[in-house]
Amino acid sequence: MLATLRCVIYRDVLLAVRRRSDVFTVVLFFVIVVSLFPLGVGAEPALLRAIAPGVIWVAALLSSMLALQRMFSSDHLDGTLEQMLLSATPLGVIVAAKIGAHWLISGLPLVLIAPVLALQFDLSQDYLDILVLSLLLGTPVLSLIGAIGAALTLGLRGGGALLSLLILPLYMPVLIIGAGAVESAAAGLGALAHLSLLGGFLVIAAAFAPWATAVALRISIE
Amino acid sequence: MRESLIASGPIWFRYASPQAFFPLAGTLARWFGAAAAAFCCLGLYLGFFVAPTDHQQGEAYRIIFIHVPAAWMSMFLYLVMAFWAAVGLIFNTRLSGMMASALAPTGALFTFVALWTGSLWGKPTWGTWWVWDARLTSELILLFLYFGFMALQAAIDDPRRADKAGALLALVGAVNIPIIYFSVKWWNTLHQGASVSLTGAPTMAATMFAGMAVMAFGFWFYSIAAALMRVRCIILERERASPWVSQTGVANCAGRIA
Repeated sequence: MLATLRCVIYRDVLLAVRRRSDVFTVVLFFVIVVSLFPLGVGAEPALLRAIAPGVIWVAALLSSMLALQRMFSSDHLDGTLEQMLLSATPLGVIVAAKIGAHWLISGLPLVLIAPVLALQFDLSQDYLDILVLSLLLGTPVLSLIGAIGAALTLGLRGGGALLSLLILPLYMPVLIIGAGAVESAAAGLGALAHLSLLGGFLVIAAAFAPWATAVALRISIE
Repeated sequence: MRESLIASGPIWFRYASPQAFFPLAGTLARWFGAAAAAFCCLGLYLGFFVAPTDHQQGEAYRIIFIHVPAAWMSMFLYLVMAFWAAVGLIFNTRLSGMMASALAPTGALFTFVALWTGSLWGKPTWGTWWVWDARLTSELILLFLYFGFMALQAAIDDPRRADKAGALLALVGAVNIPIIYFSVKWWNTLHQGASVSLTGAPTMAATMFAGMAVMAFGFWFYSIAAALMRVRCIILERERASPWVSQTGVANCAGRIA
């Protein structure tokens, strides 16, 4: 079972490395969306400092959603997904591996580049680690919840817009708590409560989302 | 074998069949529709003529008789929808999925009514159409959840797949509702304190509560009637090829819907 897990992660990451442009598109989208905000709301440093965590989180939400559609679609098109459904390994395990790989490809790069963007917003360096930590805990939750939506909308017309309608309401708690972490630290309250909640979300999502995604995949494929 | 098992089972299994449920739904819809009309008339009479004027908000508060029951129903109907969704996934019954899709528009309607009347109420009392209060925000997210459910079902052509996919989404949403509510509540208290508190309202006169309760029953019966009427249409639409539809003389109606 662990071998399957490792194998699927390795395969998906390898596929992404061979098609690098897909990964870079998501990261560039993230950077561009974040860069749009100062142009839209004005370059007042105090204002930028105040909105930085929220803007970075919203942009991370949108870019991770942009990447979601690719999670199952290519496997669905070339028939690999049906083989996975027929596999002796529980589908939940394979799905968990695919979600993990998806996070490595589209979530982790966002976490790594976020501090640079935060500096553009003049966010104090004391809070950079909290921002990174909150994204590190929060972006896997986005991939986990998003996988359910990606599996439900597999092969449907209007997939992208539909997926955002299904998934964005479910993302809201993560956004609220994730963006709140830095704000709470900046207000002198400490970020431990927010980070613990994000960790709790991650545990719950990791326990249930792969299973729900497996059910959704069986519904979509049958 | 399966057919005979269902036919010989208790009476509620008999009504899991769309064919058996169709006439019952019609009868029930009529009765509940009449009850809804009666309760709403009584509730509005209590609300507008019997309940005393509020000493702080004047007459503006009377929208509460629409607003609060609508908000209750919006949340309650999501749970009922999720219940039918779960029944449909567990027992693989066709009617349960149809019930879930029949309830969704009514739930979305009540969510919208609650938001709309709330903003109409907010303008004279709080001086603003909208505040990012925890209840308002979670009600808005609830509306998005209803829309997501309906959009997903509308995007899938195969009705059985639409039922199951919608059911899973409804259940995931139902699990998320408490998480959404508490995170929004916490976010709100962190941001702006309790500048606007809905919970701190003065205790209510007995007639006010009676009016609200009667209205809530009226909306409840309306929801049942509307959902049953809608489920009748869905049954006809999906079963239009089967012989009983033409035999019961509703074929013309089915043809019109199709």
